[in-house]
Amino acid sequence: MTPDLRARLGQAELPNPILTASGCAGAGRELAQFFDVSKIGAVVTKSVMLAPRAGRPTPRMAETPSGMLNSIGLQGPGIDAFLQRDLPWLLSRGARAVVSIAGGTVDEFAELATRLSDAAGVSAIEVNISCPNVEHRGQVFACDPGAAESVIDAVRRRARYDIPVFAKLSPDVTDIVAIARACAAAGADGLSLINTLLGMAIDTETMRPVLAGLTGGLSGPAIRPVAVRCIWQVREALPDVPIIGMGGVRTGKDALELILAGATLVSVGTTIFHDPSACIRVVRELEEELARHGLERVCDAVGLAHEPRGAARRRLTGIL
Amino acid sequence: MTNGNGEAEAGAVQVRGTVLTVRRVDAYHAMTVVAPAIAARFRPGQFVTLAVGGPVTSMLLRRSFSIHDVRPDHGGTVEFVFAAQGPGTRWLAERRSRDVVDITGPLGRPFPIPRDPVSCLLVGGGYGSAPLFSLAARLRERRCTVDFLLGAATGDRVFGALTARRTGRTATITTEDGSLGARGIVTDMIGQIILEARTDVIYACGPMPMLRQVTSLARRYDVPVQVAVEELMACGIGVCMTCVLPVAGTDGITRMVRSCVEGPVFRGEQVRWDDVGTIPFDAFGAPGWEPRSRRVPGLPGARPAARSRGAGP
Repeated sequence: MTPDLRARLGQAELPNPILTASGCAGAGRELAQFFDVSKIGAVVTKSVMLAPRAGRPTPRMAETPSGMLNSIGLQGPGIDAFLQRDLPWLLSRGARAVVSIAGGTVDEFAELATRLSDAAGVSAIEVNISCPNVEHRGQVFACDPGAAESVIDAVRRRARYDIPVFAKLSPDVTDIVAIARACAAAGADGLSLINTLLGMAIDTETMRPVLAGLTGGLSGPAIRPVAVRCIWQVREALPDVPIIGMGGVRTGKDALELILAGATLVSVGTTIFHDPSACIRVVRELEEELARHGLERVCDAVGLAHEPRGAARRRLTGIL
Repeated sequence: MTNGNGEAEAGAVQVRGTVLTVRRVDAYHAMTVVAPAIAARFRPGQFVTLAVGGPVTSMLLRRSFSIHDVRPDHGGTVEFVFAAQGPGTRWLAERRSRDVVDITGPLGRPFPIPRDPVSCLLVGGGYGSAPLFSLAARLRERRCTVDFLLGAATGDRVFGALTARRTGRTATITTEDGSLGARGIVTDMIGQIILEARTDVIYACGPMPMLRQVTSLARRYDVPVQVAVEELMACGIGVCMTCVLPVAGTDGITRMVRSCVEGPVFRGEQVRWDDVGTIPFDAFGAPGWEPRSRRVPGLPGARPAARSRGAGP
């Protein structure tokens, strides 16, 4: 028996629940030399801003145990170049495009949502309100329920009705459920959990911070337990809100862990740097994991860890 | 190896390659891996990346190395040189014959080769000289003359001095402690060699301060220079945006470009050496940067292709 990996994103059906994570796959073009980008659920693009942006100075990266710090600062060509060059390329390859957007003000987010709604072929918008690599922490809208709500409200109003809007949240908050509730109340169709954690590294030889931007976002398998915790808490509080889970997924087993915690879709991020064909490998491994556990459909595994002890096992063995 | 159009097969491949040998070469290690698909696509100046530490490694980032040589034996092998100075490269140095490594390549933009038989000066610092020998072979196929100028802190850190002496028209070695060749650094000797060898083009590979100096001297003598830069990389394939440096385009606009895909080879005078490690105020997309017009430079005005969204009902 081959498990059914199909998953839903809004009204659309994806062949499987594995996506790229924003910022780890560009707009898919570079990964296409390693696997067919139409064979994964969707490509989540690097966050697009209204204007071109040069990002932060180098060094922008530091390797840490089972992870890395990055301080890219949202370098990108801007929405015009994205719509002219990157989106058409993704669609020409038959890939589904989830476009991540980032902005400094509510109006910028709203304008981006409008521009994307005018373009054909956007499967979903992921609203990056949680990038830690901005000059002012005040710009991290995901650290404040009111700010998160106003961004999501503006994007939901401007985005075409049939494009689902996902809010990407930061784990660097005291109560992620409060932020999740605010986003859901503002009309978010789903939540992306989690962005990187704010971290820092100091070079003991030079006795100076490693990153030119001083702080950076921590990602990789080191943060997977944080992702599992956040997904678990939000699923517990808002069981009907779809979640794209991400944070340190390296194998199909890791993807299953996030699904069991409550993620309906799973993004593979930093692991792509380690293994450029990771996404398609995780699809294969997830299929094997589900088959090994006798799960016929991946959607049956979503949030399964929330059921009482023994319930999952009884369901699988058909006692109930 | 090339296809019918004289161009190497495009794109990189990720393969599990069998280690043929790992050998000490002076202060460095050289690893040869059986990877026919990479060898077939290789052009001088390109690099490979390797995963280190095994399947459950805590070292996530691939290590990148410029390709030293490819050979046709065993279907095609790739050799690269590294200094075992960190936990990742020490793990590589501990590999033995028949071990399997995860290797991706060939990556990056290769050295451009002149059409005419000209006089070339190849400058290498430390094991940065590794890619210069396959370049020299390619240049000789075009009947170019090759002069080598290699340098390092000590004699055992000059990579390929013997090969340079055997294959170059001339080979000049400098070491900071004087243990091999002339005492000094490579840039002390460039002017003299350019004049004596009537150098038409310089190729340089090594640490960034050396490349900066070589570029400034090449400008003084009005000789074009191609440099292969060494920037910290996370992915090596163009998705992570960590290895950027400011490079002025032919349109006069400075962009923060990725050294892994737009490089590692650049025209030396286009790299803004004084601004490496910063975002120059006039760089494309720098804070306060304003486009000259609403049109994004360098892009065709193509309309996005229409396509229905998502999968069918």
